[in-house]
Amino acid sequence: MTDAEPAAPPARLEWRVATVVGVRDETPSTRTLVLDVPEWPGHRAGQHVDVRLVAEDGYQAQRSYSIASPPESANVELTIECIKDAEVSPYLHDVLQVGDGVEIRGPIGGYFVWEVQQRGPLLLVAGGSGIVPLMAMLRHRAHSATAEQARSPVHLLYSARTADDIIYREELEAIAKSAGVSVFITLTRDAPAGWTGYRRRIDRAMLEEVAWRPARNTRAFVCGPTPLVEATANLLVDIGYDAKRVRTERFGPTG
Amino acid sequence: MQTEDMRLDGNAAGGPLRELFAMDMTAAMATCSGCGTARAVGALLEYGHEMGLILRCPHCNMPVLRMVRTPRFLRLDVTGLSFIAIDEPVS
Repeated sequence: MTDAEPAAPPARLEWRVATVVGVRDETPSTRTLVLDVPEWPGHRAGQHVDVRLVAEDGYQAQRSYSIASPPESANVELTIECIKDAEVSPYLHDVLQVGDGVEIRGPIGGYFVWEVQQRGPLLLVAGGSGIVPLMAMLRHRAHSATAEQARSPVHLLYSARTADDIIYREELEAIAKSAGVSVFITLTRDAPAGWTGYRRRIDRAMLEEVAWRPARNTRAFVCGPTPLVEATANLLVDIGYDAKRVRTERFGPTG
Repeated sequence: MQTEDMRLDGNAAGGPLRELFAMDMTAAMATCSGCGTARAVGALLEYGHEMGLILRCPHCNMPVLRMVRTPRFLRLDVTGLSFIAIDEPVS
């Protein structure tokens, strides 16, 4: 033992009241809440927060939402998909307004996270609102130096039901034009006339076309509904990905 | 209820586990006492319910960690866990 001061214990994860400072409609069923969080310690791309709602009778409901904004952003942005008749998301989606407060705690998570310093090709696969944490990674990458970006080329495969359900569509189109980024979108229900992207569920043939090959050094992040995530992760292992380099985050249907 | 649709993963347990642990646990490696498989806590399968959560081994389905909250206590059952290994942060 030395006389050195003991290290300060890590901060507890406290509930804080965040203030809604902006609202952005993304698609007919999703909107982004821009939150100002007092004493926000900063976050990593891919992390999430827990949101807690307390009814007047004391009943509490709690859900996790991925952070859409990059670490470089001062505010915390959450993109909420409104799930009909659910307990939490309709309130966040339809009721909460600029100036309102909402209880959150975070940032949370150290597994489904990515930093541009990690280098190496990146494969991102999203289903529906599973794009949200992957968007934080893309935005984080876009904030980094050109040389850093060159070391982390990205392929994004994004599965949405229809063109109207593509979250961040304009931003993705812009990002797709930047060096080292390829965006592949597949629509599983309806596609508009002239659609040139994929038109089916993610399958092995699609992953063989989109995924980096060989898989060596590639990091894969897969996020979306449980069946999509599990099918995709298994297919990636089938085509040669090391399971340890395929990180997954399952989004639930409870909202 | 433990249907496939309700299955999430250990990422969703990150917040609740921070009520007990001083650091993030989703990146910690958990070794299942049933089959010996080591997985990041974030990669375990999570079955949530009103009173808490269960994390299961994706290899053998053993409940590795159960966290239950009642009005009177918080109970952490780690019968299915051999050990947890946490990377030391490089600073």
